[in-house]
Amino acid sequence: MGGLLKSSVAKKFAMALSGLFLVLFLAQHFTINFTSVISPDVFNEISHFMGTNFLVQAILQPILIFGVVFHFVMGFVLEIQNRNARTKSYVRYNGSANSSWMSRNMIYSGAVVLAFLGLHFYDFWVPELVHKYIESHPEDPTRYYGELVAKFVSPVRTGLYVISFVFLMLHLLHGFSSSFQSMGVNNKYSEGIRKFTVGYAIIIPLGFIFIALFHYINNL
Amino acid sequence: MKLTLKIWRQENAETKGKMVDYIIDGIDGDMSFLEMLDVLNEDLVNKGEQPVEFDHDCREGICGSCSLQINGEPHGPDKLITTCQLHMRTFKDGDTIVIEPFRAKAFPVIKDLIVDRTAFDRIQQAYGYISVNTSGNTIDANSIPIEKENADDSFNAATCIGCGACVAACKNASAMLFTSAKVSQFALLPQGEVEADRRVLAMVEQMDKEGFGNCSNTGACEIECPKGISLENIARMNREYLKASVK
Repeated sequence: MGGLLKSSVAKKFAMALSGLFLVLFLAQHFTINFTSVISPDVFNEISHFMGTNFLVQAILQPILIFGVVFHFVMGFVLEIQNRNARTKSYVRYNGSANSSWMSRNMIYSGAVVLAFLGLHFYDFWVPELVHKYIESHPEDPTRYYGELVAKFVSPVRTGLYVISFVFLMLHLLHGFSSSFQSMGVNNKYSEGIRKFTVGYAIIIPLGFIFIALFHYINNL
Repeated sequence: MKLTLKIWRQENAETKGKMVDYIIDGIDGDMSFLEMLDVLNEDLVNKGEQPVEFDHDCREGICGSCSLQINGEPHGPDKLITTCQLHMRTFKDGDTIVIEPFRAKAFPVIKDLIVDRTAFDRIQQAYGYISVNTSGNTIDANSIPIEKENADDSFNAATCIGCGACVAACKNASAMLFTSAKVSQFALLPQGEVEADRRVLAMVEQMDKEGFGNCSNTGACEIECPKGISLENIARMNREYLKASVK
């Protein structure tokens, strides 16, 4: 295990692993959010469970926070190393001739997603912490739907969410399938994996956009 | 045809280089790119100026010496060829062609368009070989049965000529495709399997020491490789490395 996380291959593997974990989390987050479109009661029930369950709060949440922080920190570390590997830039560099825009600009799409996470935490996570641990309100299992809907009254905030999800889509379009290559998977199943990851990368962010717009339009 | 050439000129590794414009006329479409540069150099020498230095040797796409970044792509716009196999018919009369050396911290410029690619040699020297007793009783390689698919993949990996186009094309100046081809050509064969773990660890360690960037799977290296070395080799090297690391 000595060489693990020291070498470029190990760092790639760690990036891929944390990325895949976040992809799984996205699916779970989307599923819960989507219930807000179908039934406020179901959304409240699941949100209350997630917000109060010991396993989720004490184990899954710290793992998630670690995964997010690790992925972003490692992303920036790798970007700095990569920039240092070419100290003198080309006068002309025709990147579009051999690679996709998404693959060349993961740091920018990732940075937008990181900025979005800041806004998202400010909107939902910080008020949740204040509600639970600072103001110590009595438990109200029906408050979640109202809090969610209230956030999508503002067209500016809704617009920022939509833009962020577009960048999330761009990030996933390369990142999801790329993580399999980093983990050493490149075989007869790779084309199938690529199709699945592209589908996922389009459907999940579009779903999040739909949820944001649904609540915004309902608020009009 | 008449062309404008924008060429990187740099006296040596210590000096600062710059792009210099040259107008060249009478270029035939059947000339190779390097023959066009030969014509330019003849003109420069006749005028008493320093010729443009560039690497070349076999001029038939085998040696991996030629290494020019042409209009933003290693070995120019055509695929699966080296610079010496690029013909001027690819360009049009009046075109401007930007010619630069392969750029990477691990490939420092020696002069003009020549870069030092000995970093690749050091990666090879780290373990890009198999240990064979050459005392006179070596076993004929053909006597060892090898699956056709593995033999083909190994051979394909071994066609890497070490030109450095993968590094030049990669936005991160990563040498993963080169290193993985050298790892794969042995890892796929029974002769190379014995030392596979030590090999992959040593070669990746040397690759990182040389200051190449990290692979972010853009796939640019595979597209620009004159020998079409596949990204499958990088995935194989990742597997080999992870397997060797946890042992």
